[in-house]
Amino acid sequence: MARKRARVPAAVLLIAPSLVVMTALFAWPLLVGIGQAFSGPDGPTTAYLRRMADDPYFWPAVRNTALLVVVLVPLQFAFALTMALLLRERPRFAGAHFFIWVIPLAVSDLAAGLVWLSVFADRGYLNSTLDHLGLDGYAWLSYENTTSMFLTVVVAELWRSTSLVLVIVVAGLQGVPKDYDEAAAVFGATYWQRLRHVVLPQLRPSLQVALILRTILALETFAVAQALTGRNLPLLVGETYQWYNVLQNPNVATAIALVVLAVSMLAAIGYLRLLRDRTVTR
Amino acid sequence: MSGPRRWRRAAVQAACVAVTLFMGVPLYLITLAALSSRESLNRFPLPLLPTDPSTETMSTFLRSTGVTGGFINSLTVGLGTVVLALLVGVPAGYAVARYAFRGKDTYQLFLLLVRALPIVVLSVPLARVFLDTGLYDTTYAVMLIHTALALPTTVLITAAIFVGVSREQEEAAMIFGASAPQAFLRVVAPQALPGIAAAAMFAFMLSWNEVLGATVLTLNQRTLPAQVLTTLSDSPLAYRFAGGLALVLPAVVFIAVMRRYLLNMWGTTLR
Repeated sequence: MARKRARVPAAVLLIAPSLVVMTALFAWPLLVGIGQAFSGPDGPTTAYLRRMADDPYFWPAVRNTALLVVVLVPLQFAFALTMALLLRERPRFAGAHFFIWVIPLAVSDLAAGLVWLSVFADRGYLNSTLDHLGLDGYAWLSYENTTSMFLTVVVAELWRSTSLVLVIVVAGLQGVPKDYDEAAAVFGATYWQRLRHVVLPQLRPSLQVALILRTILALETFAVAQALTGRNLPLLVGETYQWYNVLQNPNVATAIALVVLAVSMLAAIGYLRLLRDRTVTR
Repeated sequence: MSGPRRWRRAAVQAACVAVTLFMGVPLYLITLAALSSRESLNRFPLPLLPTDPSTETMSTFLRSTGVTGGFINSLTVGLGTVVLALLVGVPAGYAVARYAFRGKDTYQLFLLLVRALPIVVLSVPLARVFLDTGLYDTTYAVMLIHTALALPTTVLITAAIFVGVSREQEEAAMIFGASAPQAFLRVVAPQALPGIAAAAMFAFMLSWNEVLGATVLTLNQRTLPAQVLTTLSDSPLAYRFAGGLALVLPAVVFIAVMRRYLLNMWGTTLR
């Protein structure tokens, strides 16, 4: 008993530095940020918020960011699940395939944007290939073609960030005992039935974590779009960058940053609520 | 029975190859682009095979203003982040793995919160704080925010590693007269070293890739990605491709080295 009590301070001592670092770099700027966004030279003000909302780039940025999350996240979950299930079939050269599939895990969003710029640029590799095939090129990244611009960002992000979901799902699949699946097969369940009723339910914890992570990370997307389209396809975090670095207005930049933070927090809480309710009723 | 089965195998193989092409071809293309001469990059259509490889584009990029400095800053920040994250994160990971203490659940929830929330967007107010404290535009500023980013994962990874190191051996060492720190250094640390190395590489990679915080918190002490991002709009395509390859190459090396650990890391840390 005495020993156990003596251990408490040791543990606290060991975690204290990490608590200090994280609080200092999370709570402190948060407070300063709220001050920056809501107070001007003469007291509290909503001027910066209004300036943010009146900016012609703001609402398109909100729309694009929301659209990106809604389109990208389901798409990449389907993609990652397909990849993980393919690996589960133990194809030949599985190790080599897996290596190539997870390389983007370590590629930054800026680098991914530049990689796909070489593909989608007007005189890039996609239009070159089309030309080799005798087809006409297309101005994928032109500011006039909002749809194709958006699609290039989706493709680049799908390429870059699906590997994170893949690794989580593959790790989750390793924890799923094969017995259940085999038992279901013995009783005549088809592949889809087994997937739907045996494999996916057991993957649920992994999928939940991946879903929360990816939704929040997708809200933060910015350098990919910056590299591919500049400001032609505005995204929320990209606007923070613009207001801070180019327009040199830290107050409006902070206001946008707080919007991103608030939406992320809502998304996280929303997911946790939703998922917890599910587990209770299950 | 064997007919459909063979078809199925073939379909799986074909699908794997298709996915590998989608993931791999862009890597090939950026390498091809960065290793073409500037003149051949102006040609249209671009050749899809390396007809005349040249280091001109790459060496022009490496000699551009700010690139060498960016490399050095990225390395400094990356190594500094590793040192700080390990210094602060390893003890915490050890505590999470070995001790039962009040508030442990809250602490782990806090870790997840910091891990999940986009704290880089707080770089803008943080720049204000750093301006006041004289840290603005130093590599230390970037190191600090990267440490905050890497810490949760470092704690979770190291905790997972320490759980795997036998507690009995540590206790045996203490029975034979070693103090707790000695037992840790002589018995636990050697066994945990490969895992800690993995955590270190993870922190380095995170720092190497992070761009928003590094851009906002610096003016002259740009890291490589920050340098590339801020000069993006007024630089030729050749420069951007070369920058792309310079940023991608370490990633390939990283994954090649870390492949063995990836599943363990994500598998154990995320549940």
